Amino acid sequence: MENIVEVNGLERVFGQNRAVDGMTFHVKQGEVFGLLGPNGAGKTTTVRLLNGILPPSGGTARVFGLDPVVDGQRIREQTGVLTESPALYERLSARENLEFFGTLAGIPAGKLAQRVLDILKFFGLQERVDDKVETYSKGMKQRLALARALVHEPPLLFMDEPTSGLDPEAAQQVNELIAGLSQRSGQTILLATHNLLEAQRLCDRVAVMNKGRILAMGSLKELTRKLWPVAWVDITFWEAPAATVTGSLKAQRGVIQITGQGETLQVQVESEEVIPQIVQHLAGQGAAILKVNPRDYTLEDIYFALQAGEK
Amino acid sequence: MNWRSIWAIAKKDLKEVRQNKMAWGPAIIVPLIFAIIMPLLFIILPQVIPVEDVQSELGDMDTLLRAMPPALQALFEGKSLEQMFVLYMAGFMLAPLFLIMPLMFSTVIGSDSFVGERERKTMEALLYAPTSDMELFLGKVMAAVIPAIGLSWITYVVYIIVVNAASYPLFGRIWFPLPTWWPLMLWLTPALAVLGISATVLISSRVRTFMEAYQMSASLVVLVLVLVAGQVSGVLFLGVGTTLVIGTIIWLLDAALIYISVKNFKRSALVAKL
Repeated sequence: MENIVEVNGLERVFGQNRAVDGMTFHVKQGEVFGLLGPNGAGKTTTVRLLNGILPPSGGTARVFGLDPVVDGQRIREQTGVLTESPALYERLSARENLEFFGTLAGIPAGKLAQRVLDILKFFGLQERVDDKVETYSKGMKQRLALARALVHEPPLLFMDEPTSGLDPEAAQQVNELIAGLSQRSGQTILLATHNLLEAQRLCDRVAVMNKGRILAMGSLKELTRKLWPVAWVDITFWEAPAATVTGSLKAQRGVIQITGQGETLQVQVESEEVIPQIVQHLAGQGAAILKVNPRDYTLEDIYFALQAGEK
Repeated sequence: MNWRSIWAIAKKDLKEVRQNKMAWGPAIIVPLIFAIIMPLLFIILPQVIPVEDVQSELGDMDTLLRAMPPALQALFEGKSLEQMFVLYMAGFMLAPLFLIMPLMFSTVIGSDSFVGERERKTMEALLYAPTSDMELFLGKVMAAVIPAIGLSWITYVVYIIVVNAASYPLFGRIWFPLPTWWPLMLWLTPALAVLGISATVLISSRVRTFMEAYQMSASLVVLVLVLVAGQVSGVLFLGVGTTLVIGTIIWLLDAALIYISVKNFKRSALVAKL
């Protein structure tokens, strides 16, 4: 798959503060890539650098093969940005907002009105097109801001904290819309967030950031393997297995250690690939297996492990 | 240069400022006072008060006229005392006050457009739009300059109608505008509208709120008050030549300020202030 974004050693310094400190990553076409980190990690600055509204202090970036420093305007023609605050003109209606941004994005005048109505309908705002945005709820404003970012059908969408400040219901709605965009339309998305669940749910790959640097990058599985090269599996039996069974299990290839007693054993293995073999071995020994539960790590586990490593 | 984008920005800003009552309040009241209330006061009063009282109130009209350039003094020859008073007040004394309008309109709209956008946290989305810095700048400047000139001209038209209608019983003919008003309307007014916006752009990078920007840029009105003082004292009379010269100086000042503004109006500088 083609890389839409390529970043190499990107830096941005504000006085003494290294907001972006040597970031290197890429985003493939159709991928949802997350920049995950606390406030001040450099996520928003990265979005600004990639859209050419802020020049870097060092390193290089290419978006659609273009340099944001030289071709910022051409890049912005092909990107949509959902900013952290909705940044809508509250004194204007939803239609006026989208027609304005649609015009700036170069949608032909003859097609603009229909495109605006279509996208407002897609985001469930068709009943309120001519109402002033100041009368909208927070969730509606965020949906309208998302519609604004997508009005010109950009191949690359940047989202900066898309559910920040929303109540759980509105946040879920927005997340469902984003998931839908990615799954149904193959939209390439760069998601900057501090929300772990959001990142886990939406992103194919994430870069965990802190103080402008990438601490680790990859899919959830890849990150888990990087951080915890060995795996644990919890095995529950119908009745406690005989000591000989446990002993023979210990001797199996790939088994590192066994803890626990009675009906439940915790087995540490070299990798998850070993698990089917040990299940087969136990069944062969006549053990009555009730449940096999490989221990999953969440992005939260990964995130805190990485941030703790930083400290 | 994408003029469609420039117009879209200008139109959007005007739609927005239309909703800002703080901006429109003074913009309606001031022209109302200048174009209707003041001329009516100065034209009707001498027509209802006996000539002798006008004479005693005015003092020596000849002294006032002697302060004028000779070419303008000719306008007063053969006029009655009432006619001279109306001619003097409506034709000359109120003229510099009208210059407040282009300045005021362009600074009000400019403050709302440049600083208000930041204050209302809408700037960031605009910076991500695929426009050049110059298109953004021109759109916002046009949003301020075009209505500032347009509204000033409308106020002039209303003033011309009011002055002629109210003084018709006194003169028996349409006598206004005087030749001195043309350079004032067509040369000095646009120059001041541009001065208002270019100063506002520079000020906007140093302040945080619409009101701060408006108050700071409105201090330019002092310039106009100098012209008023000059006119009243007879030191600087706004004749055709003087108005053209003052206009030219202001246009040159505009060019310098616009040059500095354009150089400073960069996305990277604007985004740093978000």
